[in-house]
Amino acid sequence: MNDTSAKNFSEPPGYEAAKEENPRHTPSHDDGLNNESNEADRVSGEFFREVNAVMTIALRDLTKLFRDRPRLVAGLIFPIIFIGVLGGGLNASFGKVLDYDFLTFVFTGVLAQTMFTSTASGVISLVQDRENDFSRELFVAPISRYTIVIGKIAGESLVSLWQAIGVMVFGLIIGVPLTVILVLKLLPILLIISFLGGAFGILVLANLGSQRTANQIFPFLIFPQFFLAGVFNPITALPLYLSLPSKLVPLTYAVDFLRSIYFRGSPAYEEIVLFSPVADFVVIAVVSLIFLVAGTYLFARSERNR
Amino acid sequence: MSNAVEVKNLVKRYKKAERNAVDDVSFSVSEGEFFTLLGPNGAGKTTTISILTTMLTKTAGTVTIGGYDIDKHEKTIRERIGVIFQAPSIDMNLTAEENIRLHASLYGLYTFMPMFSIMSEAYKKQVLMLAELIGIKDALFDPIKTFSGGMKRKLEIVRGLMHRPAVLFLDEPTTGLDPVSRRTLWEYLHDVRRRERTTVFLTTHYLDEAENADHVCVIDEGKVLLYGTPRDMKDRLVQEYLLLDADDRDGLLRDLSAWRTQIVDEHARPLRIRLRNNEQAQEIIRAAGVSFSHLDIEHPTLEEAYVKLIEKSTAETPATV
Repeated sequence: MNDTSAKNFSEPPGYEAAKEENPRHTPSHDDGLNNESNEADRVSGEFFREVNAVMTIALRDLTKLFRDRPRLVAGLIFPIIFIGVLGGGLNASFGKVLDYDFLTFVFTGVLAQTMFTSTASGVISLVQDRENDFSRELFVAPISRYTIVIGKIAGESLVSLWQAIGVMVFGLIIGVPLTVILVLKLLPILLIISFLGGAFGILVLANLGSQRTANQIFPFLIFPQFFLAGVFNPITALPLYLSLPSKLVPLTYAVDFLRSIYFRGSPAYEEIVLFSPVADFVVIAVVSLIFLVAGTYLFARSERNR
Repeated sequence: MSNAVEVKNLVKRYKKAERNAVDDVSFSVSEGEFFTLLGPNGAGKTTTISILTTMLTKTAGTVTIGGYDIDKHEKTIRERIGVIFQAPSIDMNLTAEENIRLHASLYGLYTFMPMFSIMSEAYKKQVLMLAELIGIKDALFDPIKTFSGGMKRKLEIVRGLMHRPAVLFLDEPTTGLDPVSRRTLWEYLHDVRRRERTTVFLTTHYLDEAENADHVCVIDEGKVLLYGTPRDMKDRLVQEYLLLDADDRDGLLRDLSAWRTQIVDEHARPLRIRLRNNEQAQEIIRAAGVSFSHLDIEHPTLEEAYVKLIEKSTAETPATV
């Protein structure tokens, strides 16, 4: 690096020897901590690095899901009870007075609800245990807080998708009309809904601080939405005092969005769907963005500002 | 050259707390130094480390890491530090390799791939070398659940060093480890320090781990009680003793009386003589006429000095109920 003669004057004796021991300057030790040889391999560019981190965080959730066999099954129990028992039971008693298939109505509602709820509660696990969890490894990494949150939402969306597949298989078994084309059409809708759920989850977490309080409060925030959003009950003709809160809860638009795609072209569309798919999408996009930005900001602040 | 860590008048008061957890603390750690922060439980050690590692906001004061202000260059600082938290922060449901892969990908060292087999060759090479180094080659693809406490800690340290941090923060890294694990962990850490010149910032309750620190800083109730080298700390707080005995006890005592030495207990065997300085021992031995049956110098440990310091500090502060 230096001219030899100059080096002799500019560096005190022993400096060269010290440098030899220091692999930061001379990569001579092959001990696995040396990255010099992999410099070309480093992820370059700020943006790509964040994307790399999002993938890393998301895939971790999926890996964990497939390693946790009880969870693989447990995720399917509630939706199946909702559709099978509630949908099937109600269909048998009230189905005759309706112009459409009530089972399909409940199926579409539960499918949307599953994506929303599962992703929301998954995101809440971001601080599973402040003191004893991998989350600290995430928070100390040199990545944006949005990257952590989006990575987590993406991961939990993939987990929810597994549940959605299970729900659809169950739907097919009990006779819900589903075609491959329809499933492919529903797939992006399901992911959009889970993004909304994830953004909702981060906002809940940011405001409730710990996972424990979040877990206690979460049912109170989610169950009323089931009924206001019309997961199991038609909401086309609600009295004003119910129709107003019904329009305020985010799940309403998620459920309506999915049904607007599912029932498209069917005679039941007019009876079931409230808004146009475009309107639903715009509401979902705007609300998700607000939840995500506010939630991430508040969450990052509550984590560090103790 | 800027200091590795520079803390000036640091204050932290937790929300709803009545007193400061860290109360006007200042110290600095120069590059390549082995620095130890000591103090009893609740003294503010973890709070300090949490602030220095950007995990917690401070109430007042300034902190710079490698010359970067923590308020302005949070991300740069995160890139330059490695942190081993008090509680393990590895994912128990993943394998050792998956934990390493996650870290490497989060720090942008390699492009993430969902499987080890399709990660880059450079990554594979590095991981296999690291596994060899800490002796987990056979367990690399086993879930962390099956690992011993010492192995987990080592894995965390190896992981924390992957991005070659300039400063490594270790918050009670050996708590709960058996003596053998503790020793091998330190052998590894000292080895890393020697090769990488990594600045090490340690908190610990095992005072023997701080014996060869460059500087120690003792805090209690959020305040600095002492800052200096372990040598300074001992000199200020504890004495060295000359241990002597002879078959001719009376002759020995007579010889010593001429020196106006401080004998702790005249009946003890051997006699413990408090030394004012190192030369004094030489003089006493040279001047004594009797032949010794026992001759030794008792060096106090850092732990003794530490206990004395904390006891003194507790006695001075009025007890609060």
